[in-house]
Amino acid sequence: MIEIKDLVVKYRRKNEETPVLDNININIGTGDIYTFIGPSGCGKSTLLHVLSGILKDYTGSVRIDGHAIDPKTQRIGLILQNYGLLPWKNVYHNTMLGVKIKNDQQVLDEYGRYILQQLGIDSLLDRFPKELSGGQQQRVAIARAFILKPDLLLMDEPFSALDAISREELQDLFLKIWKENNVTTAFVTHSVDEALYLGSKIVVFSSAPGRILEVVDNSCFQLDNLRFRDEYYDMCMNLRKILDKG
Amino acid sequence: MIKVSSDKKWQGALYSLVLVIVIWQALSWLLKLPIIPSPFAVLINIIQIFAAKMEIHLLYSLGRIMGGIALSILLGVPLGFLMGYFNRVDKVLSPLVYFTYPVPKIALLPIIMLLFGLGEASKLIMIVLIIIFQIIITSRDAVKGIPQEIFRSLQSLGASRLQVFKEVIIPASLADVLTATRLALGTAVSILFFTETFGTQYGMGYFIMDAWMRVNYLDMYAGIVILSLMGFCLFTVIDITERHISSWR
Ligand SMILES: Nc1ncnc2c1ncn2[C@@H]1O[C@H](COP(=O)(O)OP(=O)(O)O)[C@@H](O)[C@H]1O
Ligand SMILES: [Mg+2]
Repeated sequence: MIEIKDLVVKYRRKNEETPVLDNININIGTGDIYTFIGPSGCGKSTLLHVLSGILKDYTGSVRIDGHAIDPKTQRIGLILQNYGLLPWKNVYHNTMLGVKIKNDQQVLDEYGRYILQQLGIDSLLDRFPKELSGGQQQRVAIARAFILKPDLLLMDEPFSALDAISREELQDLFLKIWKENNVTTAFVTHSVDEALYLGSKIVVFSSAPGRILEVVDNSCFQLDNLRFRDEYYDMCMNLRKILDKG
Repeated sequence: MIKVSSDKKWQGALYSLVLVIVIWQALSWLLKLPIIPSPFAVLINIIQIFAAKMEIHLLYSLGRIMGGIALSILLGVPLGFLMGYFNRVDKVLSPLVYFTYPVPKIALLPIIMLLFGLGEASKLIMIVLIIIFQIIITSRDAVKGIPQEIFRSLQSLGASRLQVFKEVIIPASLADVLTATRLALGTAVSILFFTETFGTQYGMGYFIMDAWMRVNYLDMYAGIVILSLMGFCLFTVIDITERHISSWR
């Protein structure tokens, strides 16, 4: 369970303070997927930085299972918007980074190989990030987070660099892995479709400084053939309306 | 791509070697002076005297320069890392480094010799003084140049300081440190030569100056060629290592 109470984040530059997140209150239940949607610059990435313990300069309280955020004791799988790959490590060592640091594990285990193969990057193991396309880099970042088997998964527009077909493939892969491990997930996206397809609840942000406009219960979550249903279409319209108001 | 450029480098090296030999040979034919012997006479001389007369001097010089490089890296890299990683350390040390950086270190030789004598210590200190500043500044800048995004990945994994150094800071800056070492090498060999002209009976500097005093120009040239070769080999070894570890760039 993630409890966010009265969270306010301001960035300080010179003597100016710019509010980025304004009074965020939300609880994410253990094993739930929440998708976060909002205009760019509204502070979605900033929220994930707070949740992953990167950004510590905030007011309000953020607790994971009743404890303060501490990446040393918690297993946080973070997929950064810019992937956060280490340019001097090849694909193999980049995907190993999480388990190497957390478990001192030196070689990829069976689960790791399964993930790499599912993500279609098992043939690129000795390539360096500069030798990969944006979509391939993104897959490496996703693999790193999945292989870690995190308790909390934070994904910042993780499928944005993929073409439509691979995106839908990876969305299904993500749902499959999520069902197997039931990991609490905060998923940031700018796509209404993706928010609906992946989120049991959808958190809609206003434009900057980000406030929560509405937390929408997603009635179409996990329905079969979702994208061909009327409910899906209605929810899309509904979400767009909320976004337009903000 | 890397292969092509390394092939080109070898071609370049071969080309300049041939060119130097041709010009040298031409000069020795034209001038017919004992101070410019033919390169082939020098080569034959090297083959004849190397094992008996030169090897020991080469080993001394090599030991001094490699010791100087090792010491510079051992001291300079951690210092640069600290300056790059902790702003406070940087604020204290940067002015010091910048102020002393442009001072021609060779001018400090008399002081170093007064303080540390004519022996090995002074020679080592001079070489370190030449190389270390470049290494400090390079490793500091390399750390500062690492994008925040990369630290974030490790932070969210709860990595310790030691792990951050091992996984990020060292690999990110190693290639730059070697480049700095390679660039400082030329000056370091000159300084080595200079310091070997007194206070020792071993080293290529001593060998060359001694041959000069004895008016044995063949030996003198042999010394110069071997010293140059030593510099070239060190340069090449660093260059190859550099390229090997920076294949990710
Ligand atoms: N390190 C920073 N310093 C100052 N301002 C920042 C910093 N990072 C982000 N911002 C600003 O905060 C706002 C929110 O950024 P971000 O969280 O990245 O938005 P989003 O992910 O929703 O597009 C933006 O206006 C951005 O310019
Ligand atoms: Mg963002």
